[in-house]
Amino acid sequence: MLPGRVLAGFAAIILGMTSVPAHALTIQVTIDGLIFSPVEITAKVGDTVVWRNKDIVAHTATVRGGFDVMIEPDNSASLVLTKAGIVDYYCRFHPNMTGRITIAPD
Amino acid sequence: MRVRLSTTIAATCLLSGAALAQGAAKPTDPQIAHIAYTAGQLDIEAAKNAISKSTNKDVRAFAEDMVRDHEAVNKQALELVAKLKVTPEDNDTSRALTKQAADKRAELSKLNGTDFDKAYVANEVAYHKTVNGALATTLIPDASNPELKSLLQTGLKIFQGHEKHAETVEAALK
Repeated sequence: MLPGRVLAGFAAIILGMTSVPAHALTIQVTIDGLIFSPVEITAKVGDTVVWRNKDIVAHTATVRGGFDVMIEPDNSASLVLTKAGIVDYYCRFHPNMTGRITIAPD
Repeated sequence: MRVRLSTTIAATCLLSGAALAQGAAKPTDPQIAHIAYTAGQLDIEAAKNAISKSTNKDVRAFAEDMVRDHEAVNKQALELVAKLKVTPEDNDTSRALTKQAADKRAELSKLNGTDFDKAYVANEVAYHKTVNGALATTLIPDASNPELKSLLQTGLKIFQGHEKHAETVEAALK
């Protein structure tokens, strides 16, 4: 049996943990074999997208007239989403790679 | 442009012909490794030539991407053949590719400015189509070592990206 105070402490920690990601999430997208996975994600303004590139060549996550994130091979890169909307992005180096982010307002 | 295009098509047919002729006697892994590596090196050389010659931002960026990606793939290829103790073996398809690249280089050396850019990029579209076709129909199916097959499959996905990229640059030049 755990003393009530310790339990309360745990509850506070768990509450604290859940309240942070509820505010701003980090969403992982893996690149493997020239595929963004998952190919479509949903997010909110303030969330961070992390692209992890498992390929041997560099990729980008690029939006025409918008963001342009360079993702080096065997490395990660991230972006904080600042604007709501549906964003179709692609890789500048391999334009057959495409992905989509649906961003809800905060 | 029409003349240049039909030259490219003729060259493409010749190359496919060479690849097909070899299909009679299936290429061995050492030959497949040689063909794939040679195809990459030739594209690196063409790209380096374009970087030294072109002043177009998109063309130069594309060429730099070609150098970076093909060097990355060929580095993996060299590591793999070393690991597998395979010695790449020269063959008719590699020789046909090398000859075709030399002819194209001579043709491009006579061109400058936009004419050069257009011809280089048009050839990149055609070249990647040819090599990707050969990978899909001959080299990948005929490769017997699973690691070699897997590297070729990765290469094909990357080179299909290059084909699309070249088409995008080509469309922007028109």
